[in-house]
Amino acid sequence: MLQSNTLKEKAKKAKEKKAALGKDIELEKFEREETGEHEEIESLEELPQKTKNSLLKVGVDPTGEGRVGSFMQLDQSKICSTCSSQNIEMMGIQQAMDKYNWLKDYMWNAVSVDTDKYTAEAALGEPGGYFIRSLPGTKEVFPIQACMFIGDQNVRQTAHNIVVAEENSELHIITGCSTGSDVQSALHIGVSEFYIKKGAKITFTMVHNWAEQVEVRPRTGIVLDDDATYINNYILTSPVKTIQSYPTAYCKGENSRVLFQSIMGGQKDSIMDTGTRAILTGKNSSAEMITRAVSKDQSQLYTRGHLAGQSQEVKGHLECMGLVLSDESMIYSVPELEGSATNLELSHEAAVGKIAEEEVLYLMSRGFTEEEAASMIVRGFLSMDITGLPPELAAETKRMLDLSLQGM
Amino acid sequence: MVVVKLLLEITDLAVEVNEKEILSDIDLYIGEGETHVLLGPNGSGKSTLFMSILGFPKYKITRGEIIFKGKDITHLSTTDRVKMGIGVSFQNPPAIRGVKLNDLLKMEHHETGKGLSPELNALVKKLKFDERFLERDVNLGFSGGEVKRSEILQLLAQEPDFIMFDEPDSGVDIENVELLSEEINVLLDKEKKPGLREKSGLLITHLGYILNFVNADSAHVLMDGKIACSGNPAEILEDVRKEGFKGCVECCNPIH
Repeated sequence: MLQSNTLKEKAKKAKEKKAALGKDIELEKFEREETGEHEEIESLEELPQKTKNSLLKVGVDPTGEGRVGSFMQLDQSKICSTCSSQNIEMMGIQQAMDKYNWLKDYMWNAVSVDTDKYTAEAALGEPGGYFIRSLPGTKEVFPIQACMFIGDQNVRQTAHNIVVAEENSELHIITGCSTGSDVQSALHIGVSEFYIKKGAKITFTMVHNWAEQVEVRPRTGIVLDDDATYINNYILTSPVKTIQSYPTAYCKGENSRVLFQSIMGGQKDSIMDTGTRAILTGKNSSAEMITRAVSKDQSQLYTRGHLAGQSQEVKGHLECMGLVLSDESMIYSVPELEGSATNLELSHEAAVGKIAEEEVLYLMSRGFTEEEAASMIVRGFLSMDITGLPPELAAETKRMLDLSLQGM
Repeated sequence: MVVVKLLLEITDLAVEVNEKEILSDIDLYIGEGETHVLLGPNGSGKSTLFMSILGFPKYKITRGEIIFKGKDITHLSTTDRVKMGIGVSFQNPPAIRGVKLNDLLKMEHHETGKGLSPELNALVKKLKFDERFLERDVNLGFSGGEVKRSEILQLLAQEPDFIMFDEPDSGVDIENVELLSEEINVLLDKEKKPGLREKSGLLITHLGYILNFVNADSAHVLMDGKIACSGNPAEILEDVRKEGFKGCVECCNPIH
C-alpha cells in the first residue's frame, strides 16, 4: 500500500533483503490472503466462543467492557472497528488513507520501507493494519483495544499500523495478538509507527500468544516531540517458533521520555530475539528499558538493548535480569551503550543466573514442594511492577500479566 | 509416673557440610508438650542442627537417625517434614521478589478464597500488621522486627506440632520481644497446664534473653558440634552468664 513511486521502488529493491537479526524466513512458504476474505462484524461479541477465549488471554475483551473501542484484523481482513470515544479516531488503515490525504506523510517515516524484506512485504502486499489518532488536547483515560488474529493455517498476515497522538493528548492502547486453536504455522509481519506530538502521551500494552509454529516479525518506530511520553509494555510468555523485533524510539523532542518494560518467558523450542532501542537527540530526553527474561525447555532468548545518546543532557538506563531454568535453554543479553556527546548519562545493569536455592528452601520449609516453590519464584520474578499507567489500566495490566504467567 | 510421649528423637546424629563434619554424637529427645532450648557460642553448630532437623540438602546426615512422631524422617524432604507438622522461624529469611506474604499465609492456613478468613485476619492484627503490609513481597525491605513478626505470624497460620525458633530475639527491640514471646507461648501451648500441652519447641538462642519470657523445660549446650551439657535451663543459663560457655561445659565434663 504505497502512495509514491519512490517508496515503491525502494520497497521492491528490499524484497530479498535479509533482516540484520533473526532467522531468515522464506515468505513464499506462507500464503497471502485478500483483504475481503472474512466478513465484517458489528462487535467482537459475535465471534465464536473459542476465538473470544483466545482474545481474553491476550487482554482483548470481546465485551468491550472498560474499552472505548475495538479493532480486529483476522488474517488480512479488517473485520471490526468500533470506537465510542469523542477523543479518539480509529479505523482500518485503508479507510484512513482514503479519508486523510496527509496520512501519507506519516507512512514509513518512523520505520524505513527498505529496512528488510518484511517491511517491503508489508508495503507491497495486501493492505492491513489500523489507524488510531487521539485528538489535540484530549485525554481518554480508558484504553482502546486492537487485535491481530490469525485464523487460517499458513497465512502470511501483514499490517501497517499508524498511531498519532496529537498535541497534549493522552492515549492508551491495549493490543493482543493471537492465533486460532487449529492454526499451527503462520507468518505475522506488523509494521507500527507512532507519532507523539508535543506534550502528548501514549501507553501501549501488548500481549502476544502465538501458536508454536508461528514466525513473528514486528517492525516498530516511535517518534517523540517535545515533552512527549511513550510507555511500551510487552508480554510474551507462550511458545512461538521465532520472533525478532527491535522497536526503536526516536526521542527528538526536548524532555521527551520513553519507557520500555518487557516480560519474556521462553518455553519449548521458542527463539525470541527482542530488543529495544532509543536514539536520544532531544535535549534532556530520557529512556528507560527494563526486561525480565526466563528461559525454560530448549528456548533461546536474546534480549537486546541499545541506548544512543547523541546530544548533551540526555539520560538512559537499561536493565535486564534473566533466569536460566534449563541446561538446554539460553539467555543471551546484549546491552549496548553509545555516547556521542558530552554531559550525558547512560548506564546498564544486566544479570543472568539461576533461581536462588535459599528462596526455594524457604518456601519448602513452609510446606510447598520444590516444583511449586520454583514456579512461585519464577512467576514472582516475572511479575514486575509495570509503572506509568493510570490506576484502572494498571490493575487491568496486572490481571493480564497474571494470566500470562499462569502458563509459566 | 507420667510417661511423656516422645515427639522428636534424635539418636547418634552426625552431620557433614561440604564434606566437613560439623555435628557428631548428637542425642536429643523432645517429648510432646516440651520446650527445649539450645544454647551455644557462635559456630558451635546450632544452626546446622536446626537445618538438619529441617532436612535442607546441604546438611548431609552421615550417621544416626531422626524420628518424628514415631516415623523415621532422616531421609525425607523438607516439604514432607513440614507437612508432617514441623514448623520453623528463621533468623534471616531470604526476600523473595513477587511472592507476597499474603500468598504464603493463605497456603499455610489452607485457604483458597480471595480474601483472608476472619480467623487469619485476627492473627494478622495481633501481630500488628495490616492488609497493605500483606501485599508486600515477603521479607523484602522488612525491618528486623517485621521479619520476626512475619515468621511468627506464618507459624500461627500453619499450626505445627513441633516448632524450631532460630534466634527469635536477635535484633528485636524490647517491645517486640514481649509481643513475640506472647505468641511463641501461644504456639507452644504454654497457657495450658504442663500435662495438657501438645505442642513442642526448640528455641535456639545465643544469649538466652528470650528465656525471660518463654519458659523452657530443658536446656542443652552445644560446643564444637557436640551436646556438651544438658539440664535445667535456669541453672545452665546462670552458669553460662557467670562463667561463659567454656566454664559451664567444664563443670559438666571436667577435663582430667
